[in-house]
Amino acid sequence: MKITTKEVEYVAKLARLKLTEQEKELFTQQLDSILDYMGKLSELDTEKVPPTFHVLPLKNVMREDEVKDSHLQKEMMSNAPERDDNFFSVPKIID
Amino acid sequence: MNRIKKKNFVNLFNLADLNLKELGLMEIPEKELYKLSIHQISNLLRSKEVSVVEVVRSVLDRIEEIDSLINGYITINKQKSIARAQELDHILADSSVDFKKNLSLLGIPIAIKDNICTQGMKTTCASQILSNFVSPYNATVVRKLLDQGAIIIGKTNLDEFAMGSSTETSHFGCTRNPWNVNHTPGGSSGGSTSIIAADEAVCALGSDTGGSIRQPASFCGVVGLKPTYGRVSRFGLVAFASSLDQIGPIAKDVTDCSLLMKVISGYDPCDSTSVNRPVPDYEEYLINDVKGIKIGIPQEYFEEGLDKEVEEKIRQAISLFQNLGAQIEEVSLPHTEYAIATYYILATAEASSNLARYDGVRYGFREDQFTDLIDMYEKTKQHGFGAEVKRRIMLGTYSLSSGYYDAYYLKAQKVRTLIKQDFEEAFQKFDVLLTPTAPIPAFKIGEKINDPLQMYLLDIYTLSANLAGIPALSIPCGFSHEGLPIGLQLLAGHFQEEKVLRVAYTFEQNTEYHKKLPKLP
Repeated sequence: MKITTKEVEYVAKLARLKLTEQEKELFTQQLDSILDYMGKLSELDTEKVPPTFHVLPLKNVMREDEVKDSHLQKEMMSNAPERDDNFFSVPKIID
Repeated sequence: MNRIKKKNFVNLFNLADLNLKELGLMEIPEKELYKLSIHQISNLLRSKEVSVVEVVRSVLDRIEEIDSLINGYITINKQKSIARAQELDHILADSSVDFKKNLSLLGIPIAIKDNICTQGMKTTCASQILSNFVSPYNATVVRKLLDQGAIIIGKTNLDEFAMGSSTETSHFGCTRNPWNVNHTPGGSSGGSTSIIAADEAVCALGSDTGGSIRQPASFCGVVGLKPTYGRVSRFGLVAFASSLDQIGPIAKDVTDCSLLMKVISGYDPCDSTSVNRPVPDYEEYLINDVKGIKIGIPQEYFEEGLDKEVEEKIRQAISLFQNLGAQIEEVSLPHTEYAIATYYILATAEASSNLARYDGVRYGFREDQFTDLIDMYEKTKQHGFGAEVKRRIMLGTYSLSSGYYDAYYLKAQKVRTLIKQDFEEAFQKFDVLLTPTAPIPAFKIGEKINDPLQMYLLDIYTLSANLAGIPALSIPCGFSHEGLPIGLQLLAGHFQEEKVLRVAYTFEQNTEYHKKLPKLP
């Protein structure tokens, strides 16, 4: 086994996903076979191979730090599930 | 209503050189304008043979007639499209406008995959979690299309967050393949490719993270191009796997594909991964000639798993190119067999990070029954995401988690280097590589949805182009005995889109596959 139900529960917690008992069982089984397939990569010796995090040789891209007006506050806020004026509302965090 | 074929209609005008409206014959017969390509409609508009409103109404009527069967659209932008068409007709009447330079897409109805932001319209990503999300701004590609006079006719269906190869994981139901409605259109841009095959828009945009433009283009018998990573701005494309995602055109022919590429390509200060280099006039590379062009055939793409009929059609295409004077030779891309494992580690890792933002705080769906903030996050994701998205978040979170990073994520980034090097070597010798786009024609709805690994394995021929960041195009090259389209893929080195367009154009000019239409009511 590449992955156990206990590990699936732990990963779900990291991802802030709530899973049903059925999903836990299904994902354990499916992730296990997918991870087993991915084990194929260990056939390759990559000791001296550099990773490719990005396909093009781009360095940090900088721009002038100019103040611009994006005029978007109203549109942005209009998508909020819950708001208080121009603030996003969330359940109380601190007692 | 009487239907007069477009050809007859135009002949009527040409022969008599009369204006029916002026003669008092106000009722212009319904024309099948929706069947035409960008370049055909542009010619009719500029010679004033038709109006933009007529074009738009024709396409909207077609959508109304057929989309309940295809389910290619999530949103149809009816009222605004007609209003914009009326405005554009005024511009069209202004003789001082130089249409060669500006407004190259004036009056062209285009459909946009519903993971690309369109201001004032919904952008749902086919997910419950964004089902009420209205884009506050336009994606850069959308702004560029609008600047050229295009009309956003609607937003198309996709696999939820572009995660899938069949458009079955959409929250809004699966899209059907116009060639056989019991089959999937492929995915994830299956909405965009289906509606082009069914003539429900003149052209469309899709996005391609591992084949999501090319595989459905192949399944639906249309042309689709994934550009070089960095060629087209990703600003306003809802992120799935940021180092792999690229927006590209889906079109009825190669000419339209090149016209769209010219408009959407180019550097964008809003996307720091877009590349600042000149955009070629892709139309200039629509040359019907492949004499002396070196085409490599990667032998690993013709091994076990390739459907016999697909192989036969690809081999026939190779023979055609040989007869047309191209130099054909086999080549090896030895790390091809590792592409699927590499891709699904990297794409899911990036996805798990990108999708963390859907927490029910700033936009999108929020679960209303919860005990505290963490519970709100967890229940919002539980009810907002579908099974495939959850599976990929889990997989990505796992491979990035402590203790597994080196074995999975870092390992995959290293194998990616090997895959990229395979291509670099091949392109020292060859102009383009030719492969099947997918190992099989379109499969049946429901056939593979319950076995995620089997579904992933079908992406074998398209993933490598994303991992290496190179351009790749799919073009129709035949039909199976069941009448389902088969696609041929052409790949080139970074920023060599013009090479694939030229080779694809030559193929199209010497074959008839793009002229065949699905039998629809």
